[in-house]
Amino acid sequence: MFEEKPRGVALWQPVKTLYPLTLFFMALTGFGQMPIYNRYYMSDIPGLGWLADFYITRNIHYIGAVVLLGLASYVALDFILSRRRQARLSASGWVRAALLTAIVFSGGLIVIKNFPYVHLSDGCIIALDLFHLAAVMAFLTANLVCLIAKKEWKIFSQK
Amino acid sequence: MSASISRRMFLKSGLGAAAAAAASAVPGAHALAAADDRGYLATLIDIRKCIGCEACVEACREANAAKFPEPAKPFPKMYPPRVKVSDWSEKRDVSDRLTPYNWLFIQHTTVKLNGEDTELTLPRRCMHCVNPPCVKLCPWGSAKQLENGISRIDADICLGGSKCKNVCPWDIPQRQTGVGLYLKLLPSLAGNGVMYKCDRCYDRIARGEQPACIDACPEGVQTIGPRKDIIAQAHAIAKEIGGYIYGETENGGTSTLYVSPVPFEELNRAIPKGDGVPHLDPVHDAMADANNLATAMVIAPVAGIAAAAAQFLKTRRRAK
Repeated sequence: MFEEKPRGVALWQPVKTLYPLTLFFMALTGFGQMPIYNRYYMSDIPGLGWLADFYITRNIHYIGAVVLLGLASYVALDFILSRRRQARLSASGWVRAALLTAIVFSGGLIVIKNFPYVHLSDGCIIALDLFHLAAVMAFLTANLVCLIAKKEWKIFSQK
Repeated sequence: MSASISRRMFLKSGLGAAAAAAASAVPGAHALAAADDRGYLATLIDIRKCIGCEACVEACREANAAKFPEPAKPFPKMYPPRVKVSDWSEKRDVSDRLTPYNWLFIQHTTVKLNGEDTELTLPRRCMHCVNPPCVKLCPWGSAKQLENGISRIDADICLGGSKCKNVCPWDIPQRQTGVGLYLKLLPSLAGNGVMYKCDRCYDRIARGEQPACIDACPEGVQTIGPRKDIIAQAHAIAKEIGGYIYGETENGGTSTLYVSPVPFEELNRAIPKGDGVPHLDPVHDAMADANNLATAMVIAPVAGIAAAAAQFLKTRRRAK
């Protein structure tokens, strides 16, 4: 499927582990912003009572956002600087990158909205919340499809 | 050796400088410093003057009757079985706690004042926080904060998930099952009704009138005005009587300031507390923990970019 990976371009192993882990906790705590875990017994599972604590899930979601922003910046610049000659984004890579960007951008606006004295119009807040949710659902779906279909996000050039 | 030290130091000091610049640019950071200059309305409640006549409670009900829920029964069955039905429609006269039909009530307490057992009464309702968790954390945007600081729940949009009540330090919003938008979506699986609470008679204020509870009070217990002025007034009274203030800094600041001749710890010990009967506990700023993390969100991309740049330089140096 791909050419043998050139030396020195494998992504730093911690990044490859941290990224799916961060996405998992972001999705878990993100969905936890809706009052569903208590209703549907998930927070009854021993050790998972914190899932029903909106402040805990919010803090973890914010911490995850910090990690995700750091990771995304690192991977983006690393890709541009080191890999462009040897690899490029696949079509599914572009789709996932665009969706992640939409999630991060809308999430950032929600963070700003949550500061004191910040007022957005009613319609704007609802649209923002729904856009963030829709982008997340699309992103998770895209990742699932790519996982099942074994689609890579990067394609190594022939050399 | 000296070349690699200076590159590390360059990256470290550059990162530090960038982080400092980024942190100072966090939106809202300077807004916190100018807390009282935003045109928010606040209410001062002088507990000394309240006689517990409940004129305010009656006035609130009358003024807001059109907003009260009229549920259609039977309610759609909700799943799973643990989903609680909140039905106050047959108990509309309950006035000793907050309900969807009673947005203001009088809290009674007996404390020692000047050595004598004295009953003090105080009207309790939504505190209208400066940064209201009910508004900011609603996942759908059903709760809104107006430009004058009033927070209200839009009954046309609210699904009754009760998160607002959960995140409110005083558990203020009250749910009525069987009304609202959830009935048109997936009433068995999502939503539960609509949440109700004091909306500071925002519609009366928009017409230039006062909230109904203030108009009705025969003793002048409540005063409404710009938050800055109300805070100054509260401090002046507290200083004059050697009294105490509640609501100025609780939860990061609210727009409801109580002034009491006895410490609020004493009042809090004496009042019954529970669902619909809010406490007078000290309350830390519930929104601040995560909001403070926003600074790290600005620094994180800088760190990521710096790490990638360092990696690139290292790889290039090795290739040479």
